[in-house]
Amino acid sequence: MDLEEYRRQARDWLAANVPGAPAEGSAAEDGVATAREFMARLYDAGYSGITWPAEWGGQGLTQAEDRAFAAEAARVSLPIYVFSIGLGMCGPTLVDLGTPEQKARHIRRLLRGEEIWCQLFSEPGAGSDVAALQTRAVPADDGGWIVNGQKVWTSVAQHADYGLLLARTDVEVPKHKGLTMLIVDMHAPGVTVRPLKDMTGRAHFNEIFFDDVHIAPGSVVGEVNGGWSSAVTTLLHERLSISSGVGMSGPRDNPASLDALREVVDVQDPLVRDQLVELHIRSRALALFNAKLSQETKAGIFPGARGSAAKLLLAELTNFQADLAVSLAGPQALAYEPGGGGLAGAIALAPAMSLGGGTNEIMRNIIGDRVLNLPPEPRADKNVPFKDLKVGTQS
Amino acid sequence: MMLILSPEQRELRAAVRSFLAAASPLAKVRQDMESPDGYDRAVYRRLNGELGLSGLIVPEEHGGAGAGHADLAVALEETGAALLPGPLLATVFAAIVLTEAAATYDGQAVKELLPGIAAGTTVATLAPLSGDRGGVTASGGTLTGQIPVAPNGAEADLLLVVARTGEGEALYAVEAGAPGLSRTPLTTLDPTRRQARLTFDGTPARLVATGGLDVNGDAHGHVLARAFDLVSVALAAEQLGVLRAGLDAIVAYSRIRVAFGRQIGSYQAVKHRLADMHCKLEQADAIVRFAAWAADESPGELPEAAALAQAYVGRACFEVARDHLLLHGGVGFTWEHDAHLYYKRAKSDEVLLGPPRTHRARLAELVI
Repeated sequence: MDLEEYRRQARDWLAANVPGAPAEGSAAEDGVATAREFMARLYDAGYSGITWPAEWGGQGLTQAEDRAFAAEAARVSLPIYVFSIGLGMCGPTLVDLGTPEQKARHIRRLLRGEEIWCQLFSEPGAGSDVAALQTRAVPADDGGWIVNGQKVWTSVAQHADYGLLLARTDVEVPKHKGLTMLIVDMHAPGVTVRPLKDMTGRAHFNEIFFDDVHIAPGSVVGEVNGGWSSAVTTLLHERLSISSGVGMSGPRDNPASLDALREVVDVQDPLVRDQLVELHIRSRALALFNAKLSQETKAGIFPGARGSAAKLLLAELTNFQADLAVSLAGPQALAYEPGGGGLAGAIALAPAMSLGGGTNEIMRNIIGDRVLNLPPEPRADKNVPFKDLKVGTQS
Repeated sequence: MMLILSPEQRELRAAVRSFLAAASPLAKVRQDMESPDGYDRAVYRRLNGELGLSGLIVPEEHGGAGAGHADLAVALEETGAALLPGPLLATVFAAIVLTEAAATYDGQAVKELLPGIAAGTTVATLAPLSGDRGGVTASGGTLTGQIPVAPNGAEADLLLVVARTGEGEALYAVEAGAPGLSRTPLTTLDPTRRQARLTFDGTPARLVATGGLDVNGDAHGHVLARAFDLVSVALAAEQLGVLRAGLDAIVAYSRIRVAFGRQIGSYQAVKHRLADMHCKLEQADAIVRFAAWAADESPGELPEAAALAQAYVGRACFEVARDHLLLHGGVGFTWEHDAHLYYKRAKSDEVLLGPPRTHRARLAELVI
């Protein structure tokens, strides 16, 4: 089938199958049920895991089909937010690094909406410096692991069936060398999920507590004490999925878009026009940069750390846009629309884009170190055993 | 839409880059900018003869290579990065407007003027470049009025002048020695690109493209509008090169310059600004490729793409050139260091086609 035909069929399928109202956030349980049911239909229609290996349940198609579908899907809002972490980060990590047993057990179920996944890296004492994490995993008698610790900023954990956990397995070595990535059953005894109310007034994230949680043998992703390398794989997928907008709402839902603003401001006012033009310029510049990255990917040039520039620019654009939109619209923008939306919702949510998936400052470090090859900052923690570092609650 | 280079374009880039590295390195640029001509005629001849740059987009029937604007953008990015002195860009502007006229009119003037430009034997310029083009009036085959700044106006053998007529704008050709033409060389900010004031006093001029209908029966006004959009794209390609070269220079310096016991590029205060400059480069590159693609393949998108290119790339180029100078510290303010040459070229380019607000206003008309 040629690409145009593929795209036309995707458009027809989406028109017939996407529910009218976007299930943004999908906080309610019925939203989750709807999402699971939608994922199953998406999978059966052949649009889930388009580029994932057919051997494990994907479609085994190319980036071209993936982009064609994504372009069509961007016109509507797919109600799959609750699967965004699994599809964007955990699943791709398992495809890259998982054992055959792990892939056989999880990937098809993930793509069919039977498993919701979350990612368990950040801790109260380990944010940007995630390798400073303190959650401990010690070997159990049966060859598995016993985990104790606390995680934070975990999206969709309240609905999750599984999590990709980064835990410390050796404190005698420098901090990057004693980490292991584990698959954890979020329904296991000792796992406590507590919603974390954020500045929007809603709970987009959770705190997770692990009290003597048992993890089954065969759950290590990558190597024991090689978890940092596994985590880098996950984080690369995370940045790519954020900048490509996996599971995010389409542009028609953005109350701060140029189209939406045109309806609420006086476009003849020259000062307003200049600000709207600035918004257009920045939006087009980033959209074209993203288009260039995907053309390069198609041509076999992997963007690598340059994806961090796209993520940084998206964060800056999101904040600029929400700020500008509220300022242009004036005081009536301050009233939330039903469901916490509208411009008030946009300005309250905007900081999340600069903080999640690596802060703007971390993105600039990555661009400086790995794209521009600038000399690294001298580090006090590089060759020191983890147990001797002052991190988190450890002094 | 094509935003990455083809294998042939990568070859063209490598050819122009290695030619300029050998024939016009920055030390040579400094020498040439202070010479009587302001550029090296031998280098200019080879640039047009061996690489065919002045005739790159001129159709083969008029003696050119018949290449596209995407190819031209590749070449101009390199001449921009090298801060090449001399009249190449001005001559390319003239080639663009004549090529557009040739595609539309069946005029004898265009046929006679294009081959010299394509061969590199005619140095030409286009003026005025600013959107406010009311300074020269045409009447009875003569021009009267003034153009305050014209790039390489004093060196050009051929001046292409946009003049006001009773029926709107028209394009005229004026020979270098025409009576009533006076050319006053100016000392301008950018020493690598000379400019001149042109005064016309009943100066005989040859009509190149004017009123009425073109061969397709369309009103002629869009010929000049499209030509100036293409000029905007060509300039943006040069600006992208200036931006890239300035960033490369300060990144290289940040790796070796030591302060307080370590390389300055290891400090986040420096590193983070360089990262932001890199983000501007990535976006400017994508915009230039898009605009050049639209120039060749998508005429309907060209007006917006051209205005976007000038609005974004012009600003980004100056900001990066400025920050690259500042991050060098005091040495960046010296005449001996090259940083000021990028800074001055960037500012000159940013206003070459008129105040930057005009590009933003144009974009507003198109998208808001």
